[in-house]
Amino acid sequence: MVESKQQWKAWLYLAPAIVLLLVFTVWPIINTVGMAFMEGYSGLTKAGGEATFKIGLGNFIHVVGHPDFQQAMKNTILLCLFTVPLSTILALLIAVALNAIKPLRKALQTIFFLPYVTNSIAIGMVFAAMFNVIGSIGTRRPMIISYGVVNDLIRAFGGNWINWINAGSEYWANMVVMVIYIVWNALPFKILVLLGGLQSINKQYYDAAKVDSTPRWRVLTRITVPLLSPMIAYVVITGFIGGFKEYTSIVGIFGENMGPAHDAGRLNTMVGLIYDSLEMDNQGGASAAALILFGIILIVTLINLQVSKKRVHY
Amino acid sequence: MKIVLKNLTKVFPSRNKKSNDEVIAVNNFDFEIPDGKLIGLLGPSGCGKSTTLYMISGLQKPTGGQIFFGDDDVTQLSTEKRGIGLVFQNYALYPHMTVKQNILFPLQNLKGADKMPKEKMLEQAYHAAKLVQIEDLMERKPSELSGGQQQRVAIARALVKMPRVLLLDEPLSNLDARLRLQTREEIRRIQKETGITTVFVTHDQEEAMSISDMIVVMKLGVVQQIGEPQSVYDSPANLFVAKFLGTPPINVFEGEVKNETLYIGDEAVLSVPGVASQPVTVGIRPEGFQLDPMGPLKCRLSNVEVMGRDVSIVSKHENSLNPIIRSIINADHKVDIASEFVSYSLKPNKVFLFHKETEDRIFF
Repeated sequence: MVESKQQWKAWLYLAPAIVLLLVFTVWPIINTVGMAFMEGYSGLTKAGGEATFKIGLGNFIHVVGHPDFQQAMKNTILLCLFTVPLSTILALLIAVALNAIKPLRKALQTIFFLPYVTNSIAIGMVFAAMFNVIGSIGTRRPMIISYGVVNDLIRAFGGNWINWINAGSEYWANMVVMVIYIVWNALPFKILVLLGGLQSINKQYYDAAKVDSTPRWRVLTRITVPLLSPMIAYVVITGFIGGFKEYTSIVGIFGENMGPAHDAGRLNTMVGLIYDSLEMDNQGGASAAALILFGIILIVTLINLQVSKKRVHY
Repeated sequence: MKIVLKNLTKVFPSRNKKSNDEVIAVNNFDFEIPDGKLIGLLGPSGCGKSTTLYMISGLQKPTGGQIFFGDDDVTQLSTEKRGIGLVFQNYALYPHMTVKQNILFPLQNLKGADKMPKEKMLEQAYHAAKLVQIEDLMERKPSELSGGQQQRVAIARALVKMPRVLLLDEPLSNLDARLRLQTREEIRRIQKETGITTVFVTHDQEEAMSISDMIVVMKLGVVQQIGEPQSVYDSPANLFVAKFLGTPPINVFEGEVKNETLYIGDEAVLSVPGVASQPVTVGIRPEGFQLDPMGPLKCRLSNVEVMGRDVSIVSKHENSLNPIIRSIINADHKVDIASEFVSYSLKPNKVFLFHKETEDRIFF
């Protein structure tokens, strides 16, 4: 403990950070909670001096009952359920493989890490180009100029081309593209964390496993995964939190429409919905939606922690 | 299962490709370990004893030579297929498994004809646990055990599949002095009960001497001497072995042989029939001194330490190569602490002569 006479110095050094945090983080959070309970509140009405709102749960009832919210909820949860396990398992396998090889490890590590330092909108546009079909779809005699790289591949193997993201595309096709894109985007960070974890596992456990004639698959499931479980738990929890905040990835592929041309907003997520509400000058609704999202993330994280208490060792 | 090592050699290449400073960790190791014996590999750190052990285990590949288990050449066989049990220096117990799971683990890996039903595995595991007396700890995690208990679990895990060969790498180094004494007896008992050929590595000569059927003394990758502990102690092959074995350590003097008589300084201390005249290095075991007022070896008395049954006399001599001379005398003999000098006569079978340059033993 610092001597009490010295404490003012400590506070002085902390002051800049504390002031900024108070103004730009703490106050907005408090304000959000406040606004969520003000029905019909809007920044504009306040500026006009008229306080037409009343206190209550109206915002929450309105948001939860709204079909847009239900759609966004469904999209967000589906994306989380598919992308988090998929990216975690893939990252684990890649990290284990990277850890097992000696030549080219550094080069491959760099390649796998590249998406992390690339702008996600830019990546999204590349992905969109890969899945984009150019031409007139849905007309009586469709004129296709380009099917996109992915469809070219499917056609090369004798399959039928799929309308992934263009007007008239189906919901599942959109979701497949989103899942592939989000998983690919999430891999680098997870590989990095898991590889770090792998390298800190004492090599002697693997020697012991060899002495015990352990087959490879059992080494992975009975030794590597349990010893890596704290890292895996970290990756899963942050993955779910990131998943519930998914937004830019949709913008990257579908643009601000948040869906294919014929059905804008079909792929909207919770965060997208909050932005939409703000744009429509519905701060009360946006705040309520933000609080709901916060509650969901809190519950999911608590469940995650509870599960990891039982499954994570040490 | 006897283990045969033939010209076993391990060379670690130098890190820097241009320089040629490769390290020969083990040099031409030739030895046949008899079936069912406990063998101690002994030497200072860097002598290649652990490398030898890990080559027997298969975790390290020899640069040259062969290893046989019985009549099978296992040199090229991977560790998984050798059927050995290995106890690591810091045990390497799987931290996320309970003691029971740790001991069961090798059994669950068995394949084909060796595969056994669950009840049989449990029975085996409990049998191994009983052998090392840890039946009460089966549900604990390794982190909840003391060092000695972890060590026993590691031994049980190595023994449970009834390995052809049991290897122990510095098994006692992490234990406190008391536990060390107790555990080494334990290892001896377990080895006798199971009859598994066992090789263990240690830098502690007392440990090796006390429980081994045979010891192998190594220095810088080269085997110095192989034999039963007592015979190696009683008849060391060279100065290194003589110095390495025994507590308190052997006393070393500069001496000279003239007319088949050994001189230390100007005194003729012992007749050494058949030894050519030459300067020599003389080793005298602490128990090789006899208090004798008329004795030829006169040393300056500095201290007497009483150890109950024995007394240890610390003295100095100008021809001693160690700063002090320590002799061990039966406590019945009275030593006058106030006197300035102490005189000894020597027991011939406790005096060893070594060549001054080669340090090889000169027998007489």
